[in-house]
Amino acid sequence: MSARGILSLIEIKGLNAKIDDKAILNDFELRVAPGEIHAIMGPNGSGKSTLAKVIAGHPAYPVSSGIINFQGVDLLSKSPEERARAGIFMGFQYPVEIPGVTNSSFLRLALNTARSSKGEEELDPIEFEDYLQDKLKMLDIDPDFLARSVNEGFSGGEKKRNEILQMAVLNPRLSILDETDSGLDIDALRLVAGGIKKLSNKDNGIILITHYQRLLNYIKPDFVHVMYKGSIIKTGGVDLALELEDRGYDWIVSD
Amino acid sequence: MNTSIEDFVNQPYKHGFTTAVEADVFAKGINEDVVRLISKKKQEPEWLLDFRLKAFRHWKTLEEPTWSNVTYPKIDFQDIAYFSAPKPPKKKSMDEVDPELIRTFEKLGVPVSERAALAGVAVDVVFDSVSVTTTFKEKLAKVGVIFCSFSEAVKDHPELVKKYLGSVVPYSDNFYTALNSAVFSDGSFCYIPKGVTCPMDLSTYFRINTQESGQFERTLIIAEEGSKVSYLEGCTAPQFDTNQLHAAVVELIAMDNADIKYSTVQNWYAGDKEGKGGIYNFVTKRGLCKGYKSKISWTQVETGSAITWKYPSCMLVGDSSVGEFYSVALTNHKQQADTGSKMLHLGKNTKSKIISKGISAGFSRNSYRGLVKIGRNATGSRNFSQCDSMLIGKENSASTFPYIQVDNETGVVEHEASTSKIGEDQLFYFASRGIDTEEAVSMIINGFVSDVFVHLPMEFAVEAANLLGLKLEGTVG
Repeated sequence: MSARGILSLIEIKGLNAKIDDKAILNDFELRVAPGEIHAIMGPNGSGKSTLAKVIAGHPAYPVSSGIINFQGVDLLSKSPEERARAGIFMGFQYPVEIPGVTNSSFLRLALNTARSSKGEEELDPIEFEDYLQDKLKMLDIDPDFLARSVNEGFSGGEKKRNEILQMAVLNPRLSILDETDSGLDIDALRLVAGGIKKLSNKDNGIILITHYQRLLNYIKPDFVHVMYKGSIIKTGGVDLALELEDRGYDWIVSD
Repeated sequence: MNTSIEDFVNQPYKHGFTTAVEADVFAKGINEDVVRLISKKKQEPEWLLDFRLKAFRHWKTLEEPTWSNVTYPKIDFQDIAYFSAPKPPKKKSMDEVDPELIRTFEKLGVPVSERAALAGVAVDVVFDSVSVTTTFKEKLAKVGVIFCSFSEAVKDHPELVKKYLGSVVPYSDNFYTALNSAVFSDGSFCYIPKGVTCPMDLSTYFRINTQESGQFERTLIIAEEGSKVSYLEGCTAPQFDTNQLHAAVVELIAMDNADIKYSTVQNWYAGDKEGKGGIYNFVTKRGLCKGYKSKISWTQVETGSAITWKYPSCMLVGDSSVGEFYSVALTNHKQQADTGSKMLHLGKNTKSKIISKGISAGFSRNSYRGLVKIGRNATGSRNFSQCDSMLIGKENSASTFPYIQVDNETGVVEHEASTSKIGEDQLFYFASRGIDTEEAVSMIINGFVSDVFVHLPMEFAVEAANLLGLKLEGTVG
């Protein structure tokens, strides 16, 4: 699907997943090359969130057939934590609250786990503090965030910004952001979108799952896909998103 | 993430060995002759025998209490041996102690002898029923601190024992205090004179070694005006498929401006996965804040025992006295715990705080039960209680039974409670950030108990954290 680059970051082929005998992913195909941003849109229940969870390895979403090749590695044979350490990041639509665990200790453990799995040295709390300060500044996040328990008592916008902070800290190769824009007011949306944009670079790939075109006002995707009944039924550029905003999905779905 | 949380709450008991020392064990059963024999064995004075006999006669009139949220087969009190001592009963110095015993304590990680010196801890070790040795006695004696076995205290300081024994927990208090008062075999005694800050933490290690015996020890701590002491208590027992009874009594007395900090890490054998074996831990612990501005602080980490029935309490009699209770109770498999605290505010401007953290895993049952009472004359008193429960898995339960009674209109009582669960969604969140289940559980639990662990002395906090880890981590690495 990607015209650019021969080496893809992730290649998904013939992916099928079922829940209670209901097909949620139906011969799904997608290829993302480094430096690309893909937006996946589509009506409710088309399988967008399932796709994100399947890539991240959620145990409640078993794959019945298909291949996910991530930088030459068979992703489906890996546990969720191995996938994360290999450079997959999922931004949650509903980030989970973890009372009693501070954001900073959570972030440090996550980063150090990833570093040690790559044979890099772990950061001690002071080094980590320095590392973190840069990220906070870049995303314009209040340092108070760090002393709070992970997502506990966070507003919807704060939770989403916290996801982007985690993304910045972990510096993943591929991020799948599941409706990161939902439930945000316009200011929060601008902050979150700005963060994602800053984190996008020529080496990483981003998949944005979204309902609304408005996110794409801030982040220009290279590809816009429409997902329906578990597979991609149309692919285009930013113009497609604008057209969807205008006309809805019916005209594609009923084709 | 192919491993469920339940896999992590599976850990063999580390202290389940027995020690092959020859023991002097009484035949099973209890009657007045047994009580007299215990007293005679210990060459006790007449007044102590009288105390025992009164307690025994009272005990015979009592019924076993059934109000707690635990279930177990009826105990046959005639099927228990009421005295067991390593033979010969008492050694004079560490060198004379049975090396087999020393090895046991080494296995347990108890810092006796040189290890004690390195750790800077004075240890009194109660093995089955008899106190084996007390280290650091001389150093403590220099500042006037008495720290010895209960039996020695009866011999060497009878006036103190006579004055305070049963003064906080009368033998008639409940079924198990009556039983303990009749048959207690040893325990620890500690006296901190006026104005002295005890130069080191005092520590007792309790261990039940014999299969058929019960353990009934007493601890008595007296802190005179302006004195200060930190006392640590640890408990383990070997693994048997029968149940052993542990019914201890702890009494603390704090005079004007005295400060007693009492910390427990309880790791009695909890029984196997199916609930076979394990200790029945029916303990009465109570502190009397007798003096003005006196303070008693209980910190407990309860991880063991098949059944725990325990409510360390404070009677706040002195004006402006302070009582605290910090507790972590972990139950797994088929363990049952009914534990909490009582804070009785009797003096003016008294303050108390209860922080209780219950963790239930497996098929266990974990209850907090507490009473906060502000008496009629306790003007300006206040309590804050916080009871949090955490559930790991689906087959267990957590309950909270707070009783609050305020008889003075200036009293302020606050109670907060919460229940949380380590959910699959939380674990997936950790996993999606590269953190495996084992580390995730340990991080969540550490966060959950941190309000309590900060109150443990450093070396105990490390031990307790390891213990929780051990109890919760599993075979998956």
